[in-house]
Amino acid sequence: MDHQLHPHKWVTAHADYLYNFAITRINDDELAKDLVQETFLAALQKVEGFAGKSSERTWLTAILKNKIIDTYRKKSSGLRTSDIREAEDEQSDFFNADDGHWINNCPKEFGIEDKDALVSKEFERIMQRCLQKLPALWMSVFTMKHIDEEPTETICTELRVTQANFWVIIHRAKLNLRACLQKNWI
Amino acid sequence: MSYLKRVIYNCKQATFLIEKKSMGKISFREAIELRIHLYGCSFCRIYKKQSRVINEMVQELFRSSMQRNAKLDDGFKKELQDRIEEELNKN
Repeated sequence: MDHQLHPHKWVTAHADYLYNFAITRINDDELAKDLVQETFLAALQKVEGFAGKSSERTWLTAILKNKIIDTYRKKSSGLRTSDIREAEDEQSDFFNADDGHWINNCPKEFGIEDKDALVSKEFERIMQRCLQKLPALWMSVFTMKHIDEEPTETICTELRVTQANFWVIIHRAKLNLRACLQKNWI
Repeated sequence: MSYLKRVIYNCKQATFLIEKKSMGKISFREAIELRIHLYGCSFCRIYKKQSRVINEMVQELFRSSMQRNAKLDDGFKKELQDRIEEELNKN
């Protein structure tokens, strides 16, 4: 059966869902609200293009997703080569420049490595704080890959980064996140 | 430094390959190098486990925050629906 749109009920039916979707990805309350509003307004313009193939919510979420990617792009205004070089340079915090051996933040056991789940609330809180410290572009690459499970090619195209830079960001983000956890947990 | 020694020392490359392998493909040669490195490096063995745990935790964190259901306040919702109605009436 083809799905139909009911704009008169959009806010009641989907506003909270879309707001949650946005807030978990951009972590900015005002911006999340703006994006929800923009999503509905943009959707109204596209009503005629709605083919009924997906549910109303899926359709609206796809529009929101594009809005979120736009803000990622604006925040990072593409990835400049200097940013990457900076990221590479900073890596000397972790590794010896000559042979690549650990020099700082050498991994130590957290005591959670072998257990399945059941991590304390305290650890989760630290994780959340550490995530917030990541630069916007890293965060967006990270969430698109891990949460939305987008293919690497899609992420690179949408965020306008090269594949090589993509892997540098992923590596860099994880090194920082892990080091932050270690610093605050042990 | 010999080739083998470079592989054994290079934790930067090893952790890079761990990340790449966990969500993409690495070449056969890279896979062998990673295995050799991990055999001799306890730091990177810990890193590898933690990297996986971190991925799972981040996913879990996002899932649970999606379920936490932050609500928009009613005033904002009413304005929003009014805005939509306004647009609908234009046509």
